Amino acid sequence: MRPATTYDPLLERAPVVLRDWLTGGLPGPARWLADSLITIAALLAVFGLLFAFLTLAERKILGRIQNRPGPNRTGWGGLLQPFADGIKMLTKEDIVPRAADPVLHFLAPVALIAFSILTFAVIPYGRDLVPVELDSSLLYFFAAGAATELAVFMAGWSSHNKFALLAAMRALAQLISYELPLLLSVVPVVLATGTLSATGVVAAQAGWKWDCLPRWVVFTPWGAAGFVIFMISALAESNRSPFDLPEAESELVAGHLTEYSGFKYALFFMAEYFGMCALSGMAVTLFLGGWRAPLPALEFIPSYAWFALKLLALLLGFIWIRATLPRLRIDQLTRLAWKFLLPLALVNLGTAAFWSLSAAWAGPFQLVRWAAALGLVVGPFLLLSRGLASGLAPRTYRYA
Amino acid sequence: MIGTGLLKGLAVTARNFLGSFHDPRRFVTTQYPEERTVLPEAYRNFPFLVSESADDPMGTLRCVACQICEKECPPQCILIEKSADKKPDANGKMQIYPAVFAIDTSVCMSCQICVEVCPFDAIKMDQVFELATTNRFGGLLLDREALAKPDSYFHRIHPTEAAEVEARLAAGRKAAQDKARAAAAPKAAPAASAPSVQPPAAPVAEAPPPPGTAA
Repeated sequence: MRPATTYDPLLERAPVVLRDWLTGGLPGPARWLADSLITIAALLAVFGLLFAFLTLAERKILGRIQNRPGPNRTGWGGLLQPFADGIKMLTKEDIVPRAADPVLHFLAPVALIAFSILTFAVIPYGRDLVPVELDSSLLYFFAAGAATELAVFMAGWSSHNKFALLAAMRALAQLISYELPLLLSVVPVVLATGTLSATGVVAAQAGWKWDCLPRWVVFTPWGAAGFVIFMISALAESNRSPFDLPEAESELVAGHLTEYSGFKYALFFMAEYFGMCALSGMAVTLFLGGWRAPLPALEFIPSYAWFALKLLALLLGFIWIRATLPRLRIDQLTRLAWKFLLPLALVNLGTAAFWSLSAAWAGPFQLVRWAAALGLVVGPFLLLSRGLASGLAPRTYRYA
Repeated sequence: MIGTGLLKGLAVTARNFLGSFHDPRRFVTTQYPEERTVLPEAYRNFPFLVSESADDPMGTLRCVACQICEKECPPQCILIEKSADKKPDANGKMQIYPAVFAIDTSVCMSCQICVEVCPFDAIKMDQVFELATTNRFGGLLLDREALAKPDSYFHRIHPTEAAEVEARLAAGRKAAQDKARAAAAPKAAPAASAPSVQPPAAPVAEAPPPPGTAA
């Protein structure tokens, strides 16, 4: 981590000050080690708790959307429900099928959770709160995120169960399909900011236009389109509804989780939420200005609080979408990725290039610039969406 | 345009989410052990025995152990043993009474046939649903002490049906009184007027003449 800058008020520097106070007396290498361990512990504690209460929030919000109260018995208004669930999961019997590959069956949840946690390392949570400062942290993030697909297939393969294997195949098809639009929606950001470092991207989004409109990527035509593509792909990457085909309960028992019980199951669950948090955190960093305040007058609120607010807003969006949209069919899913999101993301790259080339235009040309960029975003969207559903209805089903 | 349907769906869920906080018609969950819904009058599940008085339920059971319900019960969950002696019923008339009357609620299928065949309106459907016990053999086999509930309770849970029963019983009493009066007409006038002042009369239409004349 970088040393605290001089501008910040005490609250802004509090995490770093606290850490320095704890490890200040240690000699060089030991202090580095202690700093890292404290960072890891803080990350695990924060995201572990976030996971716990996110499950509760999800159940409560889903309940409210379905006009029922959700869990409200354990603790104050159900506040202790996640811990009761955790204890239940921990004390359940861990069943490994006799036909399963025991090593892979054990390694799959471990690998999944490990790769999920790795992605947390490079997200800038606040002004000076980056666990690992990498020059190519975006590459690292998406590489670690993509590795979770391996663990999902590992789980399906090692379970020796037809449903699990079928689901793992689906998961691979889905995750690889959506990896492309996910990455291609990030490339314009890299192109515009000229850096692969997450902190660099946040630094590039500093400042305000006319002192009220923040210079976030999402407030450009190509940024808005990229944000939407990124979030749709993130939904698919984290196996969330409406892209929850790998664990479609009504079709595949529980997908690759079929043969998992007890704490291993809980780890898969945790990894799903960690993946969701990491991708949302990256979306905040890339498109929503990272930890930056939306208005100059609101800068007194610490940067990590802004990051948390934006992250929570995106996570609530995930829950809202889950409560609304039904699951896609596998052919609809892959068609959406390959015939819609991928071309849109490619066109978006061109839009971003046009936007950065026309940065110097002024006066009436500014209007031309906006019109052209918006046309480049909306035009392909309309054209491609027309082709998305054509020739597909009515669908004839043939049964074997 | 593609995507508008998604936005409409999101609006619907958002409306439901917000509505559940301020619209009681949307948010209908009852927090069961603490709150209770008012059961509809037509709700009925297991049979109970009607007694005339709450103070002496065993002495005032309407049941005369005719065993029709026992024979008609499809799953055969009713057990009745007739008494050897006779006891005066609510009207003072000597009747056989059920020495044993038991219903196995774990077998009962709540078909209400016992209620429909009973000529004495002595068995009716109850509204209790919290019948869980820790003892599944003895606990669900209800004896006559557990089954007996006063007529006032029946009036409370099924007012409409109870009013009908009340009217039928009153009509039966009136018919019996008229019959008794007709039988007592050759005799002295005071003897005929005696039974009419007794409020609880014979239970059913074909009941014999009032006790005053029978004795």
